[in-house]
Amino acid sequence: MSGILTYALHYEGSFNKNSLGAVSEAARLAGELGQEAHAVVVGGDDLTDDLCASLGAYGASKVYRAKAPEGLAQPVVDVMAKVIGEGGHSYALFGGGLLGFEIGAGLTARLNGGVTMEVTEVKVSEGKLVAVRPILQDSAVVDVDYVGEPGIIIGRLNAFDARESGDGASATVEDVEVELSDWSTKARMVNRGEQRGAEVNIEDADILVAGGRGLGKAEGFEMCEELAGALGGAVAATRAVVDAGWYSYSAQIGQTGKTVAPKLYLAAGISGAIQHKVGMQSSENIVAINKDPNAPIFEFSDLGVVGDLNKIVPKLTEAVKSKRGS
Amino acid sequence: MGHDEKEIHLKICVLVKEVPDAAVTKHMDPGTKRLDRSGEKNLNPFDTHAIEAAMQIKEGGVVNIEEVVAVTMGPESAVRALHKAVSLGADRSVHLTDSVLEDSDVCATGYALAKVLQTESPDLVLLGQQSDDGECYTIGAVVADHLRMPSLTQVIKIDVSEGTLTCERQAEYGYDTVEVDLPAVISVGDAINEPRYPSLKAIMGAKKKQLDTKAAVDVEIEPQSVGSNGSRTAVLGINPPPEKQAGEMIEDEDTNETVEKIVAWLDERKLLA
Repeated sequence: MSGILTYALHYEGSFNKNSLGAVSEAARLAGELGQEAHAVVVGGDDLTDDLCASLGAYGASKVYRAKAPEGLAQPVVDVMAKVIGEGGHSYALFGGGLLGFEIGAGLTARLNGGVTMEVTEVKVSEGKLVAVRPILQDSAVVDVDYVGEPGIIIGRLNAFDARESGDGASATVEDVEVELSDWSTKARMVNRGEQRGAEVNIEDADILVAGGRGLGKAEGFEMCEELAGALGGAVAATRAVVDAGWYSYSAQIGQTGKTVAPKLYLAAGISGAIQHKVGMQSSENIVAINKDPNAPIFEFSDLGVVGDLNKIVPKLTEAVKSKRGS
Repeated sequence: MGHDEKEIHLKICVLVKEVPDAAVTKHMDPGTKRLDRSGEKNLNPFDTHAIEAAMQIKEGGVVNIEEVVAVTMGPESAVRALHKAVSLGADRSVHLTDSVLEDSDVCATGYALAKVLQTESPDLVLLGQQSDDGECYTIGAVVADHLRMPSLTQVIKIDVSEGTLTCERQAEYGYDTVEVDLPAVISVGDAINEPRYPSLKAIMGAKKKQLDTKAAVDVEIEPQSVGSNGSRTAVLGINPPPEKQAGEMIEDEDTNETVEKIVAWLDERKLLA
């Protein structure tokens, strides 16, 4: 059988960026394989025909819609297992993010399928998909082949770009009735999407100014905020300074925080430990300011500035202001 | 009133893993296309948070904990990870070890761990969010589906009450609070707690605690479902990471000049639009 099935996460009437990336990637791969890309959506009445059909613009030809609790993985596993069981999809593909990992893992067990996670690239080889994932803290990459079907591919955050075809294609929408597994009903969402601290949506920012321990103290973030304001961006932070209480947890980048890929990532006083690197290395342009010329961050920066950020950042803020203001 | 929550006795299993020590430079064996696991090993640091979470539930006094059992799958050397787990507070440990389990991928490993856990019938399975070496983040959800238990990963707060956990975690759109009925499989994020250091006495006593060694057949593992036979993925090749060209460097001598250079650089890339 054939086809690639994705899961499209939605919240408050719009689809998740990583999900749209997964649909786009599935469509690209399905095109190369001469197959179709389908998507599963799970939720309530907010999943209107129009919203579901809009996934067609990203390349999904069919959208399976199921009524079930939102924001939890196991009900989606039930739905996808049923859709794959009836539709015979060869692959399930997920964009980066918590739910994709959980759903993909659940499907692995349910359907005895191979799984590869943190995938940064998918290739077509001899009519099959090969997943490419970095390993050992990105010191190597492996090509992973699937034995049997389905093959489950879980992308790294922001690995797959959302691409609209531009022809305004709309997907057919098919409702699926799914009886949830007993254990899928044993977790209940009590409160979803609570915002804590100064909530900043760093994942959607095109420009990020990130601060690390090199700022010296919590007040150092004022400098970052001013520069971010001048650049029209947001502020991010390393785990070390979040743990120290200098900045909000929601702005944390890295292994235990968020993964971002902005157009510009300006790192101020960040050494560039691997735990941080994994969260920002896909940024298009990386600029680092650090007084230690041996800081690892310079190894993967596009522009490295060795110097005192207390002197450089305020002047840079002024210069950016006058440049952008002119 | 008149209801005594302490009547509830829970058994917690903590899944742990032996990983190469953080100080060891890890590399892949080009022949087997597997991680070269020779060299100094240690308990996966992420697992210490799961053990600590178990200990805090036990010491919290809301429910009675019958016992905390550390469970691992791995070669003979993995007993050291179990000793460490016991020194951190687990009451006893179970070691699933068998040559048929070698080369198991995530799918096969999840199945094997579920089989050994079934023999323990835990009310709660805790594990760390990831292993330091495999970086898979997924084993908890695989195990949970085999055990037909509800599951959450990346949990940063657990409140336990009668038969139910209230868990918090950071998800795509902010913090979620989720109620989970027991039995359940919960993988904890490392922000959940600060693991304690084992006391010297606990380290010395660890080897005396009960350690059961089990082979695949003892826990009714189907040999064709584990090892390379049971694995559903195959590594085709190992390559160096994509090379990143070394960037430009500026030494700040005259800050005005430095700033001018940075602005020009940003402007060239249309980042000041």
